[in-house]
Amino acid sequence: MAGGLAVRIAHLYPDLMNLYGDRGNVIAIYRRCQWHGLAPELLRITLDEKVDFRDFDILFVGGGQDKEQKQICMDFTKVKGAALSDAVEDGVVLLAICGGYQLLGKYYRTGTGEEIPGIGLLDAWTEAGRKRLIGNVVISSDLVRVGSDHTVVGFENHSGKTFLGKGLRPLGRVLLGFGNNGEDGMEGAVYRNCIGTYLHGSLLPKNPALTDYLIGASLRRRYGEAQLKPLDDTIESIAHEAAIHRARQPVGR
Amino acid sequence: MDLRLLFAIWCGKLTVRLSRAMGGGGSTVPGRVALAIDPLVIRKLAYQCRRGAILVTGTNGKTTTSKMVSDILRRARYRVVHNRSGANLIYGVAAAFVQAANVFGRIRADYALVEVDEGTVRKVVDQLPLKAVLVTNFFRDQLDRFGELDHTVQLVSEGLSRAPYDALIALNADDPLVAGLGPGRPQRILYYGIEDSHYASPISEQSREIKPCQACGATLKYDSFFYAHLGRYRCPSCGQTRPTPTVSVQQVALRGVEGSDMILRTDTGDFKVNITFPGLYNVYNALAAAAVTHGLGIPDHTVATGLAKSAGSFGRMEVIRVDGKRVLLALVKNPAGIDAVIRTVLEDRRARHMVIAINDKFADGTDISWLWDGDFERLSASDHPPESVITSGIRAADMAVRLKYSGYPARRITIKNSLDDALQEGLARIDHGETLYFLPTYTAMLEVREIIRRRGYTRHFWRV
Ligand SMILES: [Zn+2]
Repeated sequence: MAGGLAVRIAHLYPDLMNLYGDRGNVIAIYRRCQWHGLAPELLRITLDEKVDFRDFDILFVGGGQDKEQKQICMDFTKVKGAALSDAVEDGVVLLAICGGYQLLGKYYRTGTGEEIPGIGLLDAWTEAGRKRLIGNVVISSDLVRVGSDHTVVGFENHSGKTFLGKGLRPLGRVLLGFGNNGEDGMEGAVYRNCIGTYLHGSLLPKNPALTDYLIGASLRRRYGEAQLKPLDDTIESIAHEAAIHRARQPVGR
Repeated sequence: MDLRLLFAIWCGKLTVRLSRAMGGGGSTVPGRVALAIDPLVIRKLAYQCRRGAILVTGTNGKTTTSKMVSDILRRARYRVVHNRSGANLIYGVAAAFVQAANVFGRIRADYALVEVDEGTVRKVVDQLPLKAVLVTNFFRDQLDRFGELDHTVQLVSEGLSRAPYDALIALNADDPLVAGLGPGRPQRILYYGIEDSHYASPISEQSREIKPCQACGATLKYDSFFYAHLGRYRCPSCGQTRPTPTVSVQQVALRGVEGSDMILRTDTGDFKVNITFPGLYNVYNALAAAAVTHGLGIPDHTVATGLAKSAGSFGRMEVIRVDGKRVLLALVKNPAGIDAVIRTVLEDRRARHMVIAINDKFADGTDISWLWDGDFERLSASDHPPESVITSGIRAADMAVRLKYSGYPARRITIKNSLDDALQEGLARIDHGETLYFLPTYTAMLEVREIIRRRGYTRHFWRV
């Protein structure tokens, strides 16, 4: 795709935070950039690497197992946190899923009351819950309003319950499933071009409108404008509708 | 006379008859019934096995490996009680013993061969007269059910700690998570691994597979990979290395769907083995079976003939003949498994059409995100990708999206939610003598087996 506008994508901790098919999100961004005639470039960034994230257009961080989550927590707060905050303030797109989402908040309070600090980029906090919130999710989100459709679909599997501070917008309202905490009907958080969410599945491939929203936002920041022509999303739409249908049925049967 | 045991066996056996009469293959219900009546039913029956019990666990390859172990033991003229059909939760184990027992509560067998998933090891280890434990590999599998991988390894480790001191523990040297279970145990540890580097790749297809050192937590360095995180590794921090295997594959030649030829080495010499199972991961299964049976004192030539005679077990990977055509059924349930199947499909350069059937019921894992960790890019970027792929099952559309984003042309993908339609369409696309590759998840496999059976192409699976 020589000649297309460059889009620099960074996948954070691909070797550690790779639970739940998170790489599907990076694949989706990369492929759709190609299909839009852009020139995507993918970099993998791991522990201890100090990077100026403002040089990038789209950043992605997924969820990990407990052991890895601890390593990343250290790296987030000690090595990368400030640079990530700077980038988001500068308008860089950041998508964080599950464990990555939790780390963007102020803290994670464990079952024993210990508070593990996050980077505080989002005015949000997470508390350990007793029950695992698992299943298909459908939310409605204004970010992806295309005509009358504004649903985002995914799968959640978390025990942490996340709460948003007053000024912070959710990614959407829960139609089916649990969402941030299973209590207030909100799912995810949006701050500038940063989105945190519990939805995997993978999230982006089945929500092409959201993927294009992120790509568009990154283009507007770097190039001042974004004209993404619609792609043939027949297969994606079928999967999106099928996921909504599945979310209405009892889990596992 | 143990009346409680007898009653448990009778009711269990009756349940088997009932569930068959109603057309189900239901292999765990009899176990549930028997355990409810006599919680010690496994122990009471297992301890009647004259030579003791062999426990097989790990994420992938349990069923095929157990089948191979069973075939080797039978070659050596031992009688074996074995829980098959993939019903390897505790109920399935109980059901197998109940079915093998006679109405007087006696079992006439030399070995109990018990395959269980990682979470069940601790529950059965005290109930078996353990002679050997075989651990195949550890992969992420259905996270919504088992929890995290570290936890899975921990569960098995605790189980091994309760194994008798005179038991043999056979461990995969090439999987650092499995090999890490060895050091510090009083039992006899036997490592097995592949020494032939012909099919090794210098770097992993995906960095996602690299695992931390089990001793110190540092990131392992690999010299080469066989598949996923299996390979030749060492720890740059504490110096842990892959243990030198006692039973090893010295040379291997893969012959696609036809199977593989290899030369095995034990401490008693080298010998040739041909297996009819395709793909490198079945080489691992055969190696694991050879290791544990060798460790139990079975002569090499018996191991070789037992493996040669072993043929595909229910649904893991089997070929069914349909009107002069062939359907190769290969169960897929996690990324590593699907990667191995993709490799096998690509080894067969004549493979033209595929069906991939994804369900998301409890037995499949309700979260299908793992599809995105499967290496479908390898399939799409191959110099001979399949001409067409039909996606099927409850999550057919998700699978279609996955394929499209792997770079596979969307116009060559057909979505057919009905497995019956998918099978018919797939068969229509291939010529006589050709093979249709059919990759179902667990419940999709049960369904497609039933469809095939109804058409009279294969036997009921519980009789296989
Ligand atoms: Zn180490």
